[in-house]
Amino acid sequence: MRGLSFDIAHMLAGSLVLVSFMQLYQDRLYALLNIYALHALILAMSVAWQAFVQDAPHLYLTAVIALVFKAIVIPTALHKIIVKLGIHREIETVVGVGPAMLLGMGLVALSMVVMLRVTAKADPLAREDLAFALSVVLLGLLMMVTRRNAVSQVIGFMSLENGLVLAATGAKGMPLVVEISVAFSVLIAFIVIGIFLFRIRERFDTVDVQALDRFRGERR
Amino acid sequence: MMVVYALYGVAALLALAPIAIALGRSPRGSGVIYGASLIVTLTLGMIALLNLFEYSGGVSVVSLPLGLPWLGAHFRIDALAAFFLVVVNLGGAAASLFALGYGQHEDSPQRVLPFYPAYLAAMNLVVMADDAFSFLVSWEFMSLTSWALVIAHHQLRENLRAGYVYLLMASFGTLALLLAFGLLAGSDGNYAFDAIRATHASGGLAALVLILVLVGAGSKAGVVPLHAWLPLAHPAAPSHVSALMSGVMTKVAVYGFVRIVFDLLGPPDWWWSMVVLGVGGITAVMGVLYALMQHDLKRLLAYHTVENIGIIYIGLGLALAFKAHDMPLAAALALTAGLLHVFNHSIFKSLLFFGAGAVLNATGERDMEHLGGLIHRMPQTAFVFLVGCVAISALPPLNGFVSEWLTFQAILLSPQLPSWGLKFLVPAVGALLALSAALAAACFVKAFGVTFLGRARTPAAAGARETDTNSLAAMFFLAALCLVAGILPGFFIDALAPVTKSLVGISMPHQAGVEWLSIVPIAESRSSYNGLLVFIFIVFSGTFAAFAIHRLASDKLRRGPAWDCGYPDPNPATQYTASSFAQPIRRVYGTSVFLAREIGEMPAPGSTLPARLTVELRDLIWDAAYAPVAAGVGYATEKLNSLQFLTIRQYLSLVFAALVLLLLVLAIWP
Repeated sequence: MRGLSFDIAHMLAGSLVLVSFMQLYQDRLYALLNIYALHALILAMSVAWQAFVQDAPHLYLTAVIALVFKAIVIPTALHKIIVKLGIHREIETVVGVGPAMLLGMGLVALSMVVMLRVTAKADPLAREDLAFALSVVLLGLLMMVTRRNAVSQVIGFMSLENGLVLAATGAKGMPLVVEISVAFSVLIAFIVIGIFLFRIRERFDTVDVQALDRFRGERR
Repeated sequence: MMVVYALYGVAALLALAPIAIALGRSPRGSGVIYGASLIVTLTLGMIALLNLFEYSGGVSVVSLPLGLPWLGAHFRIDALAAFFLVVVNLGGAAASLFALGYGQHEDSPQRVLPFYPAYLAAMNLVVMADDAFSFLVSWEFMSLTSWALVIAHHQLRENLRAGYVYLLMASFGTLALLLAFGLLAGSDGNYAFDAIRATHASGGLAALVLILVLVGAGSKAGVVPLHAWLPLAHPAAPSHVSALMSGVMTKVAVYGFVRIVFDLLGPPDWWWSMVVLGVGGITAVMGVLYALMQHDLKRLLAYHTVENIGIIYIGLGLALAFKAHDMPLAAALALTAGLLHVFNHSIFKSLLFFGAGAVLNATGERDMEHLGGLIHRMPQTAFVFLVGCVAISALPPLNGFVSEWLTFQAILLSPQLPSWGLKFLVPAVGALLALSAALAAACFVKAFGVTFLGRARTPAAAGARETDTNSLAAMFFLAALCLVAGILPGFFIDALAPVTKSLVGISMPHQAGVEWLSIVPIAESRSSYNGLLVFIFIVFSGTFAAFAIHRLASDKLRRGPAWDCGYPDPNPATQYTASSFAQPIRRVYGTSVFLAREIGEMPAPGSTLPARLTVELRDLIWDAAYAPVAAGVGYATEKLNSLQFLTIRQYLSLVFAALVLLLLVLAIWP
């Protein structure tokens, strides 16, 4: 049981990292959105598995929150936004796919080196979990940096937050309040960013954040 | 138990601040606030005195559940703290009494009243704090409240500039102290003073702490070259606050230095004293030279604070030297000299600032070139100001002489020091001390002579009125204290015994039992001083001379015009001025220290234009130490300005890069 539970948790967390990589090379918004839904689904599974392993029923609640909000509500809403804005055909990356993937691999290696060294004495399950979680966070950040479209930056932010949830559930004894508040903060961030998207769109006829820079009179 | 009562007093002072906000604009507000402050500071001073005299190895400690959760707030009154509490609250009480009269003339009391009791409370808290956190919080609170008082008269641009410079220097000093405490506490973060005392820092670390404390506490005390803010900020505040800042707050800074270096840092290395002595000597001479070049009365006094801090640091440096070489008796003598000068300076500097405040109030002038002849208009103020001048010039039989004499006695013990560096340095510092004492006397001849003697130079000075009773009471009280401490120094030295005992392990020999109330610092055969005899001699000879002149010579009093050298000119501007008084000294020292230049402008023959003599001074310390820093900061901000105008993605990239960089450091760190 011990070996199996570790392997499954490892597999789920590893697939989360894998899906993060998949996000990195999606240059169509719909595809990106679908991948994000998959990301959130795997997160929900991983959290549920942690709940089972740690025998912590409140984590099931976290898993349900992740499933409902992140895998269903937010992707659907973003989908509608994209349709409304009419930007589903936009292709937008700053850094090419190849370099982005290479950078991502470097980041994963870095987070492994750091986490495995720092948490030498910790429970191996939590250790691997934390290393993967840090990778997911860094990959999310990398995505925010390499994308130009506001919607994909939002998705990068959401997947970054998934990494945080993964880290929080991997560590034993994280109170439910923290998770709920994190979940809510993401929801609110989503709403705010959604509103901003529309406002930006209304004013500039695009959600390319370069428009904002041009508006400020910056030269590129 | 005492510390609890003292904390109640501090709480009362803190509670006065919001009351003062409510009362700020009402006409009776200042009376209520200053009266209450007077009562509370007197009580606090009494508590401190009791603690100082009943001292028997026991200290009063309390720990409150405030501040950092794992640390709490520790407060403690031991002998050292008790002594400085006496200094703080004596100064506070005198300033409150003075302000009962002086504060009536304040045109915007709501800017002064709320901060005044809070400032007093903060200074008390600094002295009582027993962990680094409470100490630093109180220290910063003290800085901020005094800053608010400095810019109370914010309509003047120079006051705002003074406040700005003060705030910068105060933050810089606190930063240095913060780092010093961080080093002292070590990696386990033990910020309670008890824990710091138990673990002695090792050589290199202790040296670093010493330098940081010298910078941190020194910038508040006004040690050259960190003094630049002091002559700007002290005169800018209302006069009773100037007295507190100069007389008391610089002493709180000295307390911080003594507490850390003598108490927390462990046994000293011998070279520490070289640093402290060098800094003290330079500070003393530079302070008085700056003062001589000034003709703003309050700024002159502020520069003299710099000088006296130098004298105190010389005493402390000697104590460190003797302590390091295991000569406890000599160390006790030097430390007593330094601490006694702390006490004395707090008295006469407060007195002199009160006098300057009374003059400012009566004439609206701080510039001595616009004053003169005030001894006729304000005879009582002139008398107490003269007492203060004599005391600060270190003339017997007043108190300034006693502490400087003790410092010299300690300097004369320096040949017994084994290390050659100190053998050479200490006499040199002694020479600097003698020079500064002589120049200080010259400076106060100038200050008193130009301000109070001669004829009034402006109508404002001619129409001055004697100041009010409360202000006079405060000044006479301090003047009497100057005299008592001067003629009966033995009792004051004995009162310091528990302090020196706790810091260097031994105290000076008991003085109160010496015959004829003399003081004998080391041995009868070496040196002794009797202030009482000197005083009696002066009184008798003075009375006798007066009797002889008035009785035996003609007793007919006749007032005639002053001798005018044969040039009957009614204009009082032809009198000897402060600048002309300082000219010889300016020519001797000023040309090298201040690059002083005198530019004479003679009009062509036949022209009716007046001739002009302009004196140009340059502050080399400002040019060398402050101007480059300011220019560097300006250059850096110019260059970093473009960071304000990045795109969102570039900001995100910056954050990302910083995160990755930190992780890389973590990964590579051994």
